[in-house]
This record gives sequence, C-alpha cells and structure tokens, in this order.
Amino acid sequence: MVLNSKAPEGPLAEKWDKHKFNVKLVNPANKRKYDVIVVGTGLAGAAAAASLAELGYNVKAFTYHDSPRRAHSIAAQGGINAAKNYQNDGDSVFRLFYDTIKGGDYRAREANVYRLAQVSVNIIDQCVAQGVPFAREYGGLLANRSFGGAQVSRTFYARGQTGQQLLLGAYSALSRQVAYGKVKLYTRSEMLDVVTVDGQARGIVTRNLITGEVQTHAAHAVVLATGGYGNVFYLSTNAKYCNATAAWRAHKKGAYFANPCFTQIHPTCIPVSGDYQSKLTLMSESLRNDGRVWVPKTKEMAERLRKGEIRVQDIQEDDRDYFLERKYPAFGNLVPRDVASRNAKQMCDEGRGVGASGLAVYLDFADVIKRTSAQAVSQKYGNLFEMYEKITDENPYELPMRIYPAVHYTMGGLWVDYNLQTTIPGLYATGECNFSDHGANRLGASALMQGLADGYFVIPYTIGDQLAATPPKPVTTDHPAFAEAKAGVQARVEQLLSIKGTRTPGQFHKALGHIMWEYCGMARNAEGLKHAKAEIQKLRREFWQDLRIAGTGEEMNQSLESAGRVADFLELGELMIDDAYDRNESCGGHFREEYQTPEGEALRDDDHYAYVAAWEYTGDNQPEVLHKEELVFENVKLTQRSYK
Amino acid sequence: MAGSAATTNTKPMNLKLRVWRQPNRQTEGQIVEYPIKDISPDMSCLEMLDVLNEDLLHQGQDPVAFDHDCREGICGSCDLFINGRSHGPEKGTTTCQLHMRKFSDGDTITVEPWRANAFPINKDLSVDRSAFDRIIQAGGYVSVNTGGAPDGNEIPIPKDIADRAFEAATCIACGACVAACKNASAMLFVSAKVSQLALLPQGQVEAKTRVENMVAQMDIEGFGACSNIGSCAAECPVGISLENIAILNREYLVAKATSNTLA
Amino acid sequence: MNWFTKTFTSSIGRKIIMSLTGLFLCTFLVVHLVGNLQLFRNDDGVAFNVYSHFMGHNPIIRTIEWGLVLGFGFHIYESLMLTLRNKSARSHGYDQWQAKQNSEWTSRNMGILGSIILVFLLVHLYNFFWRARFGTPDPDINHNDNLYKVVVTSFHQLWYVILYVAAQASLGYHLWHGFRSGFQTLGLNHRKYMPLIKNFGYAFAVLVSAGFAAMPLYFYLFTNDQGALTKGVSLTLQHLTLAFN
Repeated sequence: MVLNSKAPEGPLAEKWDKHKFNVKLVNPANKRKYDVIVVGTGLAGAAAAASLAELGYNVKAFTYHDSPRRAHSIAAQGGINAAKNYQNDGDSVFRLFYDTIKGGDYRAREANVYRLAQVSVNIIDQCVAQGVPFAREYGGLLANRSFGGAQVSRTFYARGQTGQQLLLGAYSALSRQVAYGKVKLYTRSEMLDVVTVDGQARGIVTRNLITGEVQTHAAHAVVLATGGYGNVFYLSTNAKYCNATAAWRAHKKGAYFANPCFTQIHPTCIPVSGDYQSKLTLMSESLRNDGRVWVPKTKEMAERLRKGEIRVQDIQEDDRDYFLERKYPAFGNLVPRDVASRNAKQMCDEGRGVGASGLAVYLDFADVIKRTSAQAVSQKYGNLFEMYEKITDENPYELPMRIYPAVHYTMGGLWVDYNLQTTIPGLYATGECNFSDHGANRLGASALMQGLADGYFVIPYTIGDQLAATPPKPVTTDHPAFAEAKAGVQARVEQLLSIKGTRTPGQFHKALGHIMWEYCGMARNAEGLKHAKAEIQKLRREFWQDLRIAGTGEEMNQSLESAGRVADFLELGELMIDDAYDRNESCGGHFREEYQTPEGEALRDDDHYAYVAAWEYTGDNQPEVLHKEELVFENVKLTQRSYK
Repeated sequence: MAGSAATTNTKPMNLKLRVWRQPNRQTEGQIVEYPIKDISPDMSCLEMLDVLNEDLLHQGQDPVAFDHDCREGICGSCDLFINGRSHGPEKGTTTCQLHMRKFSDGDTITVEPWRANAFPINKDLSVDRSAFDRIIQAGGYVSVNTGGAPDGNEIPIPKDIADRAFEAATCIACGACVAACKNASAMLFVSAKVSQLALLPQGQVEAKTRVENMVAQMDIEGFGACSNIGSCAAECPVGISLENIAILNREYLVAKATSNTLA
Repeated sequence: MNWFTKTFTSSIGRKIIMSLTGLFLCTFLVVHLVGNLQLFRNDDGVAFNVYSHFMGHNPIIRTIEWGLVLGFGFHIYESLMLTLRNKSARSHGYDQWQAKQNSEWTSRNMGILGSIILVFLLVHLYNFFWRARFGTPDPDINHNDNLYKVVVTSFHQLWYVILYVAAQASLGYHLWHGFRSGFQTLGLNHRKYMPLIKNFGYAFAVLVSAGFAAMPLYFYLFTNDQGALTKGVSLTLQHLTLAFN
C-alpha cells in the first residue's frame, strides 16, 4: 500500500480552509442516521465525542475508567500553547508551526502541524466559553507564560493543573451531550478489538470491567483516542492504567503503526526510590528556570555521598559540576528535554549520580533562594516543592532536589492521514495515540493543544468526508465479523486464565520495562537493540507459558486486565526496537549512539531518514513490513539544532 | 508544611492490614486480616497494596481490587477509607500520595471502601461513583457548542474571581467528602461545580436551571443532606472550601424563588 | 409536585426551613430570657407576675405564640425528615470511624442535643405554661397569678434543677453549632462577615444558655422557699455593696 497523506495542495496557509471546503458534507437531516464510536474520553476523545454529538451524530463513548474525567490528560501540569499573540511579543501561527516542526527535529508533516497552529487559537476561545478558569492578569485578561525554552509567551495555564481544567471542560461538554441523549456513555469498558467488515472499521469489542461481559458495538466509523504507550517502559509518568491495547489491536487489524521508537524522556522527574515503585512523578519543567543542575565533580565524591559518608552540604562549590551550564553556556539549564535528559544519564553512567541508587542528579535552588527569598520561591513553586516533600520526605528549601529523567510521552502512534484516518478506512486516531504532529520530539505545552485540536476542530470536519460516502443505513452487530471478533477476545481471556504459571503480570511488565529502558531508552545502539529484541522475544514466550493470574473472566479482575495489557506491550516493545534499529540516525527523542556529532549531539540524516516509518502487521511472530511516507518540507529549512 | 520530620520512620515496617473484602455488589463482605512485612516507609499506600496483591497472587489468592490510576493525586480515582478517615490520616492528601512513613512499625491499618448507598461497591475497595457523573450531566456545564465561541479575551474576568472559580474547579471528584460525611452528603462536590460556574460570567446564562437540576439529581441519587459539620472540607484532598456550600445554598434559594420553572 | 413543595422537600429546602425556624427560635430565646430576668429582682415576684400576665393575655403575643408553635413544629419535623434521609444515605457503616479528627462533636450531635432540649421543653411546658394557662395558681398582691411562686417551688427541687441545667448545656451546644450553621444554610456567608457571625454565635450560645441556667441555680442556691434571698446571701451582698461604696 502506498501511503497517501492526503495533505491538500496549495500554499501552507490555505491548505486547511481549502480542505474544509473540499470535504464532503453530511446532510444535517442525515447526521442522526450515523453512529460513531469514540474510544477514550481524555482531551481528544471527550472533545471529539461532544463535538460530533453536537453536530447530530449518534455517539457511543467508551472509557475503561469509572468516569471520563479520570483520563490521564488530567495530569498535565504546565499549560497549553496557542498562537494568540496576546502578549504582543511576535508570536504568530507560522511561528508556532515553525517551532513545532523544528522542535520535532523535522520529522512531522508540515500540513498537519500548520493546521494545529491555526486551530490553536480557537481552542482557547472554546475553553474560555466553557468556563475553564485560566490564569488571568489583574486587568481581567488571560495570562501567558513562556514555557519549555520558547522565545515567546504563548502558553495558557491554570496554575499547575491545566490538563485537569481542560479535561473538565471537555468532560462537561461531553456530559451535556450525554444528558441530551446524543452520547451513550460506556464507563469501565475496555476496548479489546476493532471489528472490520469488508476492510472497513465497523465496530469494536469491549469487556465490561465490572461484570466481565464481552460485548460488541457497531457504528459507521470508529475514532480512537486512547493515549500513548509510555507504560511499555513499566515506569513512566503515565497513569497506571495507560496502555496500548486499543491502538495495538487496531494495528493488528491493519492500521499501520508509525514511528514507534519516538518516545519523549522528561528530564525532571522524582527518581526511583525502590523496587516496589509503581510510577514516576513529573516535576514541572518550569523548575529549570531557577534550579541549577549539578553532580559532584568526581566519582569518588559521588560514591562517598551515596554511602552517606558525606552530606550534600559538605560538597564545596568548587567540587560541584554544573554540567548543563558548563556544556551549553548559551542555554544552560534550559536546554531542550532530550538534551537535558541525556546529559543526566551520562553523568550517572560516569558514576557521578547521587541518591542511594546513584540514578539522580541535583536540581538546586540555593542560589535563587539566596538571591530572592524562600518566600518568593514558594510563591512560584510552592505546590511542586510540597509534592516533592510529600513523596521524598526531603525539604527542597534546604536540600537540593534529586531528579532523574523518566518516560513521559510517545510521539509515535497509529499512522493517520491529513483526515486523521488510519490505514483502515473508517478508523480514526486522535490525540496521543496517533503519530501526527510532534515529529521526533514534542514541545512543552503542545500535547494538550493537539488533543483538543484533533477532538474539537479536526475530526468533526474530516469524519464527514468518509461518512458522506457511506450510505445512511443502520449498522448492526449481526455480521459474522462481530461474532468472530468477540470469540477471539473471549478465547484470549480464557487463554490468559488457563496458563496458571508462576509469574505475575507485574513481574513480566517490570522485566519488559527494564529491557526497554536499558536498550531503547534515552540512548540506543544497534548491538543493544539486537540484544533487546531477543530478550523480549524470550520474555514473551515465557509470558505465555508462565503467567499467573487469579479469578475468572466473569468478574471484576484487575490481574486479568493487567495481563492483557502486558501481553500487548510485549509485542509493541519489539516493534519499537525494530523501528529504533531501522532508523540509522539520531533525531529528537531517538538518540542512536552511533550517530552523533563530535560534541556528542544528535546527528540527523535528512537524506535518508526524512520519512515517517509506518509499520504493517503481517501476522503473529512475523516481521513487520516497513512503509515510508516521505516528508516534504516546502516551508521550512532543515537545520541542525544547536544549544551551545 | 506537610510531613514534618518528627513523625517520620525510616526503617522497614511490619504491619497488620485489615481489608474489606467483598466479591461483588450482591454478596456480603467482611474484613480480612493480612500481616504484611518489610514495608518501606518510602512506599505510597497504594504501593503497599501492590505488594500485598503480588503476595496474594503468588499464594493463589484473589488480589484486592481497588481504584487508582494517576498516582499523583489528580485523577481522583483512589478512594480508600483508612483508619477511619477518607484517604487516611494526612491532611490534604489522596491515598496515592499518602506514604507509609506516616505509619509506625507494628501498626494495624484498617482499609475500607467509601460507604454511601449512592456509591455501591463493585468489588472489595472499588466503588461505583457514577452518581457524580449523573449530577454533572444534570447541569454542570456551560451550553456552548464547539466553534463560534467569542475571543477568549472578550470577557474580562477579575483576577480574584477567576482565582476563586479555579479553586472551586480543582475538585477531583474522588468522593472523600461523601465518605467522610456523617450524612453521606455530596454537597461539597455539587457546590464546587455550582460555585465555579456561578462565579464566572460564562455560567450566568444557565445559573438558575443549573443549580435546580443539579440539586434535584443529587437528591435522586440518595445522598444525605448537609448539616454543616465540615468533615467534608476537612478531609478534602484538594482543599475545597465550605464557602462553596454556602454559595450553593444561596444560588439554590435565589433560583427557586426567581426562576421561571414552575414544575 | 409544584415548584414550592419541590423546593421545600428537597434536601436544601428542608435545610432552609431548619435554618429559618432555628434563627426565629433564637429571637424567641432572647425575648424569653430578657423577660425572665425579672425573676432576679428580689421583689417577691411582683414584676415577674406582671410580665407573665402580659405574656399570657396580650392578643398580639397570643398570636405570635402560634408562630412559635409552628416554629418548633417545623424545626422538629424537618429535623426528623432530614435525619431519616441522612440515615438512609449510608445503611452500611464503617468499621473504623474517626470523625472527631475532622469535625466538632456538637455539629455531629445536633439530633441528640435537640432531643434533650425537646424532653426538657415538654417538662417545662407542663410545669409552667400548662399550669399558667389552664391551672389555678394563687394570686399575688396585684391579683396576678403568682407564677413566681411556681418558679420558686420548682427550682427548689433538685431533679428539676439538674434537668434544667443539663438542658441549658445542651441548648448552648446546640446553638454553638446552630447559630452560624443557620447563616451558612441561607448562604449568608461572606469572607468579611463570617468571622463576626461565627463569634457572635458562640457568644450568643454561651450567654443564652448561661442566662437560663442561672435561674434555677439562683433559686436553688441563694433563695429560701419563698424566693427571698437567704440571710447569708443578703449579708454578703450588703458587705459587697459597702465595700464598693
């Protein structure tokens, strides 16, 4: 199959308007004859479900949570970008587009990114109208801040809880449509398969997580908004339930998976404290505006520190290595996420890490406290400092914070065209579960923007193109494909339950996470990836022979849920490794040790790798087939990033 | 400041857990005791339960079902009633952020689900809080369709009003308020949403019908009434203030007295 | 149901009735207390009997009396309705319950406190109101019913004094929570004025309950069975007066 992005021709700024005019419209009276399934109720899903219902479509919305409001979008702290230029500081749609393309290390599709920047301004208006309490200036107008090293202040925020407030806005819009009867909401329902009829997506199979009942649902189109797959690393800043199952099931039914190796590692997370650790907590990137990152100058000193022979206070100024300031005098502690993360890892690899495990670096606020006051620092970062102390029991006003990078976001995902349609006609992917807008690295405060852009302002237009071409006849689950998919899901549940081995899903998940983090994490190399592939294959075999879960399929069974998700991670992990192995360059979140500049920076290979790697599933334990969507850059010049 | 050093343990602990076990909604449950060893004080309470569940799985027993997700105190999923308190003994903290250093070696810890007839038990410690969703569906929104919204800066909102609306809006709908209330009342939850939208100009258009419908739904769900005890606000992990309940009462009274709804 | 009954059978509506009747009863307490202060005049009850006669025969007061009956009636009825609703909101209780860590005892026990007050009220009504209205007390020197004598006699019975004082303690606790709670329920809550309302409520609770409790204690401890101050008390008072002069 030749991948056709369907990006419209013509000047960049006119593409979206032109496309909106060209897509077919569904007659208003006919809209109620179409059913649309939306899976996931985070920013992208809730926004899509609400907007589609407002248009008149019958929507069925599914979430595995007990309420749509629990989706992990809720945890985003920093903010949401929009090219409003309220601050009169030179921002524009083109600048947001340019920053996003460049930040993504030139691995995203121009047309999609430009559209994202265009609709970003509508998102803010929509959210304000919903009653989202954004931060405001004393004059009553919306406040902005600069975020993640951006040179303009274009980030809108609601204290450190922007994701929560935006999600509650989308959730309220969704709730309104539920009340109107236009959305039927299925909570605690996990999607376990896509049903295709004659190559078209026609429904899904779900399992009710309370009763265990496996159900089928039919529709004229299916929209996935199921989030990212960062939990393949076991430890990440993702919520515990975040998983790749819906996207992976779609992949196995024919949707190509694009750029799976592009994962973002966030530099400022609270380090792992023990083997029992279940997840990692992000500390907002804004801390690097004032905190200084350092490790002891020598390995010996770091060792004594770890053993508790000396205390951090005993290390003299001269014995501290402020490595980011030393290596990147221009940007200092504010280098992009991937650079900051890699350097922290490098310090720890050299044996200069701190904390009991040696897997942490310091983020020190002593200077800013001395320069201003503890109170001033508290006003800016009070809630973060409190959270840090709650988790670590250390007072960051007195001792430097310990931080370490952690998996945070996955830029890769289901391949979609300009309409957000996957390679299965009628199946769409929105938000983090698609690959579309962030290239190889996502800018801070852009995830919320993309989720809401897809949900509120893209899918409501583009889905009509497909539906207008579909006859408005009722769809049912009578087709044998539904029974077949349902039987497949039930068989898999039975299979997982019947293994009765000795290792729990948690143990397999942790083992997978170790492999992924070690070999496909912040730095990768061909040899390590080859080794990891073999390890994962071995682990996957063991999983299907030695898994131990309790209970039955006909009840609430969290160990069964977990096992199903781990089984899919075990397959996705291998594809990530294949993709990382295949991409012989370093770009964004993908750093191949073989491809770096003499200074140790990422070295892109635009001549050979300026493409989207879209993988096609060909069967169990069969190698996946790579399809390339060449990226064409007509509006930006490809440059090497430099932060020296 | 939360977590003063004086109350802190550093050594691994052995504890006695008393956990409510109930196979499903229809079957009666009971408290079951589990000894648990070598618990690190740096674990969160949920990680302690993870350890218990791994042990139970290895012993061939059914793990304890409980709700959780983000584990950073924002999603509102976790909902454990620990030693007689919503989310346990630490103020302003969700269960996932409650660390074991708040307990001492040898402690007995009783873990129960939220108790309210409006929150039926799914299994063990997991309860059904969909009543909250239905209350929001009754009116906890501003009716604006996607598209066509005026520019975000069209309506200036005084900063102090925006800040107060934000404070009300931070409710995570965990249900700690209902669980802690002697009357199992949901007034703090309902009031947080009503206040948020009552404070903002965007919420004015539907203010009257909103409060009427949300309160009616709250009553249908079978929550108790507020008797201004204040347990809810004291146990709220995100510090939603009782002032919101006063705002709700006022909005309700004014709406009922002046709205055009006759039924 | 029309909007009116719907409003006042809703959880908030019932609370509003509780609050309005409660605050109305607070005004009654003030009137009652101020009137009863006549008991302390040491004039053989003359002034008190004049006051009682007025209260018992003035047509306006007699009309307001019905308002009072309704006030008590609704306050009690709504409290029962709310208690039933609240009890049925949680049919399975907790094994461990540490409410004292998050709330005041008084606020959680308004029902018990109110019940004690109700028992007292019935005894109190029988003893004073019933006898005054339907009994035949002796006349005093002004030919008014000598209710003062009834008071004095009652307050020389220990069990009655104990009941009275215990009831006033309950009333104090009831008002401690109830006063500010009434304002909260009506939505009369403002950051600026709430501290004032709160503190006024606390003072109100203490003064009213202490004022009423002072009456039985005064008669039991300091007067003879005719209501005159005992010799010792008179002498002490004289000494004190002299000392201050």
